[in-house]
Amino acid sequence: MAKITLSNLAHTYFPYPRGEQDYALKTIDLTWDDGGAYALLGASGCGKSTLLNLISGLRRPSQGRILFGDGDVTDAPTAERNIAQVFQFPVVYDTMTVRENLAFPLRNRGMKKDYIQSRVDQVAQMIGMEDTLSRKARGLTADAKQKISLGRGMVREDVNAILFDEPLTVIDPHLKWELRTQLKKLHQDFGHTMIYVTHDQTEALTFADKVVVMHDGRIVQVGTPEELFERPAHTFVGYFIGSPGMNLLDAVIDSDVARIGEHKVPLGGTFGPLTGRTQIGIRPEHVTVSRTGGLPATILRVDDVGRHRILRAEVAGAPVAVVLPEGAELPADSCRLIFQPEKIGVFADDWRMAPEHPKDRSGS
Amino acid sequence: MLKTQNNKAWFLVLPVLLLVGFSAILPLMTVVNYAFNDTFGNNAFFWVGLEWFRDVIRSERMHDALQRQLIFSAIILAIEIPLGIAIALTLPKRGVWASLTLVLLALPLLIPWNVVGTIWQLFTRIDIGLLGSTLAALGVDFNLGRDAIDAWATLIVMDVWHWTSLVTLLCYAGLQSIPEAYYQAGRIDQASRWAVFRYIELPKMQGVLLIAVLLRFMDSFMIYTEPFVVTGGGPGSTTTFLSVDLVKMAIGQFDLGPAAAFSLMYFLVILLISWVFYTVMTNLDQEKEEVPE
Repeated sequence: MAKITLSNLAHTYFPYPRGEQDYALKTIDLTWDDGGAYALLGASGCGKSTLLNLISGLRRPSQGRILFGDGDVTDAPTAERNIAQVFQFPVVYDTMTVRENLAFPLRNRGMKKDYIQSRVDQVAQMIGMEDTLSRKARGLTADAKQKISLGRGMVREDVNAILFDEPLTVIDPHLKWELRTQLKKLHQDFGHTMIYVTHDQTEALTFADKVVVMHDGRIVQVGTPEELFERPAHTFVGYFIGSPGMNLLDAVIDSDVARIGEHKVPLGGTFGPLTGRTQIGIRPEHVTVSRTGGLPATILRVDDVGRHRILRAEVAGAPVAVVLPEGAELPADSCRLIFQPEKIGVFADDWRMAPEHPKDRSGS
Repeated sequence: MLKTQNNKAWFLVLPVLLLVGFSAILPLMTVVNYAFNDTFGNNAFFWVGLEWFRDVIRSERMHDALQRQLIFSAIILAIEIPLGIAIALTLPKRGVWASLTLVLLALPLLIPWNVVGTIWQLFTRIDIGLLGSTLAALGVDFNLGRDAIDAWATLIVMDVWHWTSLVTLLCYAGLQSIPEAYYQAGRIDQASRWAVFRYIELPKMQGVLLIAVLLRFMDSFMIYTEPFVVTGGGPGSTTTFLSVDLVKMAIGQFDLGPAAAFSLMYFLVILLISWVFYTVMTNLDQEKEEVPE
């Protein structure tokens, strides 16, 4: 096992890229700590699978280096990197039994027979498949097959990292939860570095200690689930994470207030002059409905999602979602909304801006 | 159960039944008729029971032809199936060259049987054929009219040239359907090239290989035109395969009764062997599964 360092890494599928727009993966500098559980989160086509294939060595990067520990593996073939990968669709060797499937990577590396035997038994126990060891892999269900490919990855004790490429796509919803829990437990018990690619925020946030959010070939934020929720570094992180996502409103930032039309919204700090498109972002959880003060809003509808109700309203032409507290009463068709100042994020050209001076709380 | 019983749908099957009846069942019944009767013309038939069948089964001529036929089909399958797979594995997977090679490979399949026969008949002639005269110039005593081995070699090479493409194209289609992830998993598991073939490619090709084996078996077992054009069944009767013999019997000697019995048995043998191939190949996996670890 080893720390994985991506240094100045970029990749393009064009032989002669004309510029940044041709790069599927823009320049990346990132370190994955040994034994960490990471999620690589992003919408389809954002470059996360490309990044995964660069790490596993299935593709060679157009630029930059990849280090495992201190060793440069940029040019090393997949087999030498000692990584395991679980694919979107379960990849098992159909004609082999479960036991043969698990033993395959060890047999190919010329391990001793009794070692293989005991190691396979061990891994079968880890993934809970001791009873099906002598069954053919062909007839098994998708989740069993996916467990086998996970087991095939873990069977090598020296594996540097286990990469997951949206592994739960073809799994039934009720089994997804079970497999995810099992994965998490395997990570805690054996401490493999795990990198989990997904476009499902629930999967990412429940699995990972650290989530790497990608957007349009770029890493926009690396952080714990809580950081991503509380302080999204990019508007994409804001609306991609959370259900519903962050409300984003075009606003003019004027020191410690944001102007939306003729209305003013107090902010949690003072901001210097900002350039580009400026927006404020506020989570639906941090908006309250008020009868007296705040931004005037038109009520469009109320969605009942079970745990709570979500108010869909419109402020100055922009949609705003509000998570309503239990038992809250609403006026008929218009109301006023208050944004908690310290929870408001200020974005210039989609990137979060830090305030020059945080507001002095004691004074207010 | 409130299910309306409506048998009108059977009428929709009627056209197909009629068509199959006139195109397949009635002609077959004519053959059956000849196989169990003797006739001296004028549409007058005399019942002979199984006599023709007995005759044909006991005839040495039939035994020899069947033996030749089995050897020929075995050689054809033994060469064309592995060769077809090997060629399919070396073909480019995509790009301009992929389309080009596919078109080139398909060319022999588009040539009519008798033309193939004529091409090879000319190709192997010692006086004007490129292959024949080259061999003669190299001092090889090649003469398919005189030497049985030369005749067999020519027929086999010709059939391989004509039909290996079919196996290749089928295998190629099977290979194309393997998702890239399987190869990636193979690389991650450090599988050797042989292991990738044995455990990834071959299992995924099983379905198309079954079709390829069946098609090539049936076609080679029924081969008529090419040997008829190239060797005429000779030298002697060394390349007289079943169908060549059958035509000789039916049209050459006008022994319609034995020929009809012959045809029926011929048909049943093909059916039987195809069934054996099918059963063996589809059960290959299941049998292994029962073996305890």
